[in-house]
Amino acid sequence: MSEYTLSDVNDMYFDVLKEIGNIGAGNATTAMANMLNLKINMEVPRVELLDFKELGSAICPEDQTIVGIYLEVSQDISGSMMFLITMDSAHYLVNRLMGRDPSYHEEFDEMDLSAMKEIGNIIAGSYLNALSSMTNLVISPSVPYIAIDMAAAILSVPAIQFGQYGDNALLITTEFGDDVMIEGYFILLPELESYDKILKSLGICL
Amino acid sequence: MGEVVKVGMADLNICKAPDVIITLGLGSCIGIAVYDPTSKVGGLAHIMLPDSTKMKNNANIAKFADTGIVELVRRMEEAGAVRHRMVAKIAGGAKMFEVSGKSDVGSIGEKNAIAARETLQQLGIPLLAEDTGLNYGRTVELHCDNGDFLIKSVGKPEKII
Repeated sequence: MSEYTLSDVNDMYFDVLKEIGNIGAGNATTAMANMLNLKINMEVPRVELLDFKELGSAICPEDQTIVGIYLEVSQDISGSMMFLITMDSAHYLVNRLMGRDPSYHEEFDEMDLSAMKEIGNIIAGSYLNALSSMTNLVISPSVPYIAIDMAAAILSVPAIQFGQYGDNALLITTEFGDDVMIEGYFILLPELESYDKILKSLGICL
Repeated sequence: MGEVVKVGMADLNICKAPDVIITLGLGSCIGIAVYDPTSKVGGLAHIMLPDSTKMKNNANIAKFADTGIVELVRRMEEAGAVRHRMVAKIAGGAKMFEVSGKSDVGSIGEKNAIAARETLQQLGIPLLAEDTGLNYGRTVELHCDNGDFLIKSVGKPEKII
């Protein structure tokens, strides 16, 4: 078991995690731009440490439908990560990918779902790649899992995982787009032992 | 209809008729509604994890099925409810992602439901109905005037249990 609780880690290394978030999100955005053949601008990601009570409504109202993509990671770092995106942004990205009219707004069919999964896979994968090359740690992601449901219901999954260690969660918000700006959210859930490993590999003594 | 009392994640609260107590977007968490039909006092807990004794960090008692339900019942008794008249309904405990293998994410909803049932049984509170499991989120409302427990999900008809 790690000697550190999540809040110690966050107090001490919030800036490091923020930088990892920043680089990871930057990579993810570039991958996205290449895939969709877009010229994409991005804002500096925001990193927030949130209490559970705030997490459910941090992205949008708790009962609003959003898309969540969840991956588990293993090897040198174990844990999971989640990428979340609002329904409107998801439609926009899928329409771009499928070469459809941007105003198309029908419910996702199987094909759209699998396109969305692939978008999530590329975003999460490039995020983890950035983390991996920065730390020299081997990180293997699982296949992506997707859920389209109420925000609070999807966020209960990372909340429960954070909940085993503490009373808060780390949320990274990134904004990117060309003419339409899209907000995406990352939640990184390394197990506590993995925090130690990440920080050590970056040369930070504990 | 009276006021609407909102319960967040890892939170609990009580109210009296004609008020309604709600919690939005239960995923793998469980909403436990306890109701005393005579005094019309109702309570709702939104728990995240099954067992406080397995965690080092267990200061927030509303986070766990075992401590959360006990506290909910205590608060209801303070407000005039009587233990032997209380009845319960539960909802939530979904598996939000179809994760394969041994991961906790796949089984935590079910563990939460089991822990909620066990704690209610230990307290001698009958479980009248439940809507748990499957793979979708639920918003729940306990109506304290009649004890109805209303469940809403995305793309599904409303349900009363």
